[in-house]
Amino acid sequence: MARKLKGWQELPCGAIISDLQAVKENKTGAWRSLRPVWNNEKCRQCLLCWIYCPDSAILIQDGKVVGIDYDYCKGCGICAGICPAKAIEMEKEKK
Amino acid sequence: MILAKTGNEALAYAMKQINPDVVAAYPITPSTEIVQLFSNYVADGEVDTEFVPVESEHSAMTACIGAAACGRRVMTATASQGLALMHEMLFIAAGLRLPIVMAVASRSLSSPLNIHGDHSDSVASRDSGWLQFFCETVQEGYDTLIMAVKIAERAYLPAIVAIDGFILSHCQERIETLEDRAVREFLGQPKPNYNLLDWRNPILVGPATLQDYYFEFKRSEIEGMRRALPVIEEVQQEFGQRFGRYYPVLEEYRCEDAEAVLVVMGSACGTCRVAVDQLRAEGRKVGLVKLRVFRPLVHNLLRTSLAKFPKIGVMDRVDAVNSYGGPLFTEITSVLYDLPERPKVFSYVYGLGGREFSPEDARMVYEQVLSGKKDELVTYVGVR
Ligand code: SF4
Ligand code: SF4
Repeated sequence: MARKLKGWQELPCGAIISDLQAVKENKTGAWRSLRPVWNNEKCRQCLLCWIYCPDSAILIQDGKVVGIDYDYCKGCGICAGICPAKAIEMEKEKK
Repeated sequence: MILAKTGNEALAYAMKQINPDVVAAYPITPSTEIVQLFSNYVADGEVDTEFVPVESEHSAMTACIGAAACGRRVMTATASQGLALMHEMLFIAAGLRLPIVMAVASRSLSSPLNIHGDHSDSVASRDSGWLQFFCETVQEGYDTLIMAVKIAERAYLPAIVAIDGFILSHCQERIETLEDRAVREFLGQPKPNYNLLDWRNPILVGPATLQDYYFEFKRSEIEGMRRALPVIEEVQQEFGQRFGRYYPVLEEYRCEDAEAVLVVMGSACGTCRVAVDQLRAEGRKVGLVKLRVFRPLVHNLLRTSLAKFPKIGVMDRVDAVNSYGGPLFTEITSVLYDLPERPKVFSYVYGLGGREFSPEDARMVYEQVLSGKKDELVTYVGVR
């Protein structure tokens, strides 16, 4: 559904966004060229990837990593770099 | 307390009394001592500040932005190339409306390399959305740094407080300091606009906005700068009432019935006061208009003040390299353009790279402005 665009006087000071629904609608994963692939077998559940991911794209359930949210993952590779168990590998996105 | 302090010492002392939550900085002449002395206060446990020594000025401003986005009171200091290296982050700090306060010991920009005072650094940052204060004395620098914290936090805008490099930063003056408690009471606690670490109310800071919203956010930032002037006036009044030292945004010194005035920012105001006193003693009708706030540009105050004088010299301690006169000159001529009767306005560039600007130089400029005749668009005072 199209939202009505707001005028400048209706906007929050400092361009902060507290309407997280709007943030969710912007799927920032669209321009990824590398894709992190998580390996459940190797993962030690240390949660470092979850702490370091700048886009909150590590999916967690009951305190455990269960996968990666490719709608928002931008493929920066920080999770793969920080992972002590080499449980995340970066692969080329297929066109 | 009455103390003898250089500009840098006075600003470091003010920072100690302000006791900011976070200071992130990288040293650069002539501002190095501000942070160096402040780090002593940190080491001696005299402040509660989290001190972040970083690897560059770009990182310094980045760290300041991060800390300020968490609603903390944040300060730094720099000069010249350091301010230039921060350039990218200055716009971000202002766009996010973060009240970071930065002391600048004004210095020229390379090349050629020069460590001495002129206004190239701050003036080159004039469109970044920071409030800018230019101080005439060490006392004014000390007082202004304290006021700037309150102004920035009320206006939700970052602020530069500039003292002329070496001329003020390294020269000792007798200053009257305030009690630590008085400073803290005057400032109170910051009331941040938002706090990134408030996980109960999650927010996104620094979003991407495209053709649909960028313009509106900029428009709102511009309004913030416009509304900063009443905030500045309010806080300066408050400071004046509490501590007996009041600094008007724009000061007219011996301007009654003046035929010629100079518009000046920074330490050269003091030099011009001497020249004005001498010339007045000789019966010449001259005065000084001291501009203390460069951003926001106080165009209404400037217009009302300057409309009264037939001849005006505008003094720029920086050149805009083949612009139509110095940076302040072009703004002042624009401000005066819609007056029915426009005064004569002359552009002077002086003091680049710390070149001495003496009362005799100021007298020469006054004589020329009084004569009402000047052939060249810009006169470079004291250049060989
Ligand atoms: S690649 Fe980057 S964005 Fe994607 S999950 Fe890893 S850290 Fe997060
Ligand atoms: S960093 Fe590696 S080991 Fe740790 S939780 Fe993430 S994937 Fe598992």
